[in-house]
Amino acid sequence: MWKILRQVTRAGIASEPPPEPDDALRTPAHAVQAELLATLGRALAVRHVDAGSCNACELEVHALENPYYNLEGLGMRFVASPRHADLLLVTGPVARNMELALRRTWEAVPDPKLVVAIGDCGLGCGLLGENYATRGAVSSVIPVDVAVPGCPPPPLEILRGILTAVQTAAVTRP
Amino acid sequence: MRAATMRRLGVDFTALPGGALPAWHAKVDAERWLEAARNAHAAGAPLVSLWGTDRRAIGGGTLVVSAAYALPEGLAWLELAVTDDSGYPSIADFHPCAARMQRATADLVGIAAAGAAEARPWLDHGAWTQRHPLRGDAASNPAPAAHDYPFVRVEGDGVHEIPVGPVHAGIIEPGHFRFSVVGEKVLRLEERLGYVHKGMEQRFARTSPLEAHRLAGRVCGDSTVAYAWAYCMALEQATGCTPPPRALHLRALLLERERIANHLGDLGALGNDGAFAFGLAQFSRLREDWLRVSQAAFGHRLTMDAVIPGGVAHDLDAAARDRILRQCDEVQAEVHTLRAIYDEHAGLQDRFAGTGCVAPELAARLGLSGLAARASGRPGDLRCDQPWAPYAALGVRQAAHAAGDVAARVAVRFDEIDESMRLVHALCGALPQGGIRHDVRMPEVPSLGAGRVEGWRGEVFVALELDAAGRIVRCHPHDPSWHAWHVLEHAVIGNIVPDFPLINKSFNLAYSGHDV
Repeated sequence: MWKILRQVTRAGIASEPPPEPDDALRTPAHAVQAELLATLGRALAVRHVDAGSCNACELEVHALENPYYNLEGLGMRFVASPRHADLLLVTGPVARNMELALRRTWEAVPDPKLVVAIGDCGLGCGLLGENYATRGAVSSVIPVDVAVPGCPPPPLEILRGILTAVQTAAVTRP
Repeated sequence: MRAATMRRLGVDFTALPGGALPAWHAKVDAERWLEAARNAHAAGAPLVSLWGTDRRAIGGGTLVVSAAYALPEGLAWLELAVTDDSGYPSIADFHPCAARMQRATADLVGIAAAGAAEARPWLDHGAWTQRHPLRGDAASNPAPAAHDYPFVRVEGDGVHEIPVGPVHAGIIEPGHFRFSVVGEKVLRLEERLGYVHKGMEQRFARTSPLEAHRLAGRVCGDSTVAYAWAYCMALEQATGCTPPPRALHLRALLLERERIANHLGDLGALGNDGAFAFGLAQFSRLREDWLRVSQAAFGHRLTMDAVIPGGVAHDLDAAARDRILRQCDEVQAEVHTLRAIYDEHAGLQDRFAGTGCVAPELAARLGLSGLAARASGRPGDLRCDQPWAPYAALGVRQAAHAAGDVAARVAVRFDEIDESMRLVHALCGALPQGGIRHDVRMPEVPSLGAGRVEGWRGEVFVALELDAAGRIVRCHPHDPSWHAWHVLEHAVIGNIVPDFPLINKSFNLAYSGHDV
């Protein structure tokens, strides 16, 4: 136990300040969703769905959970069930073999809900594109509020995308 | 001399020219195909991969099935023309991991393995717009019919099923696991994969060979260096290009850094799955530090697109090299501290020891390879087993544990971090002078290339075929997970359901790399 405590103390607090939201990342659908968000609770529950990624985006979503980004400190957490989620974080391209599962996961998230698509493939501009096995962009299967480019987007950009999606709700909270 | 020893498979091979690692090629008939599979099994030579190719658009070409075996003398690449509907002889009786590769080949190319025990589709879930998409005439193929997938039912008093996935509870790739359990005990696990099949092999054939390394680097995001290197190695063999020595050193440096990055991530996640969140916090912090240095030194956190045809994209200056070496020492010291904490933590060791056991005998019978095999008393590491630059001069020591449980797979990762740190020091200390890239010139005759790289999970293999116009006829990337997914089904038998995430993480197999 002594070694654990010593290591905890020695490593110190690694959390860094969060990025500023970026209006440039908004899609038109988001403006409507933002008003609905005001009715949500304080903490943001995020459900991640890999709809066809190469796993690089997942590595960076994992990195978002490391102490540097202090996600729970900002009032966000990843949840195990779409029933508990306010926001879906989706990577793509959407494999046709995952299309039904993605739709069902989206349907299982209670309204009002937000969708953030991350990664070039999820935006339909990645190397993997659309073909016999993929639908391409996440927005071709479910409505997307905010789209974060990158191959893969680094954790800070993923966080910026999430913050952009919830910005209005955050402002209207007491 | 070497050609003579290669005859142990009962086949006359010709050496493929060029190439960083020795490779041998032969066209066989159905009888020799089966005999080679039998002889390879008897000689302890594992199957590396099995795949299909449609060569009908090339003069006199047919549908072809290929198999590659790993022999001490090098890679043995066999091909068999499949000219009628009876298909080709199944080799799954000798090489159990072939069963799913044969099912995938039937889905993608439409050639079936005769005599196979299993005929269910594997990658084709009935959702594609084309049937047999790797056939040249796929565009005119009708969409495959939607179908039910019959899982094997376990019957008996108190047996029930737990279906899990494809969408999992964490930040994980998608796949389906069907558990048959009594109480908490797992009687049987059946996996269903293919959910992230993205049609990448078809896309390879529509991509310029000089651009396709980027696609290869996205077959499996956690192994981007291994795949890009394996692809470039295959391309360089097919085109007769040898990258400069400095480029090969830098590729190895990138590969060892990728190995360390993944092991750091896994060791944290394994602590977390053992209910020791401290481990995740500590190791994920170290991994983040590691990725930030990659960003600074190579321009990308995961070092995507750093390996390019003919060499590497980024040189390393003295300042970046010093920073890398300094960080190695810092991270290694922290890993040693954390290893002592893991080793002395009774609760964690109770979860690790004896869990998800794959005994050496089982590992050998099922053809397990890579990291998990080295934890089950089954040595095998391309960096030691084959003479390729720059590893031949480094005297790589492979990790070796025999208990085959989660604890052994954790120990292999700790050992490999130490060895990779040593290799990073050795590579940086002896970085040859000179350029970092040679031009790749397309040959004007059809050519073949094979690429093999020991990624962090195991051997990544790429088979490449170019036509006389310098276009990709076929590029087949193969993930080491094909040699371990079926073993995971055995590893969980008799364990309790709540230990599955821990066991699964201790293998940490690829979904995208497998589904492609």
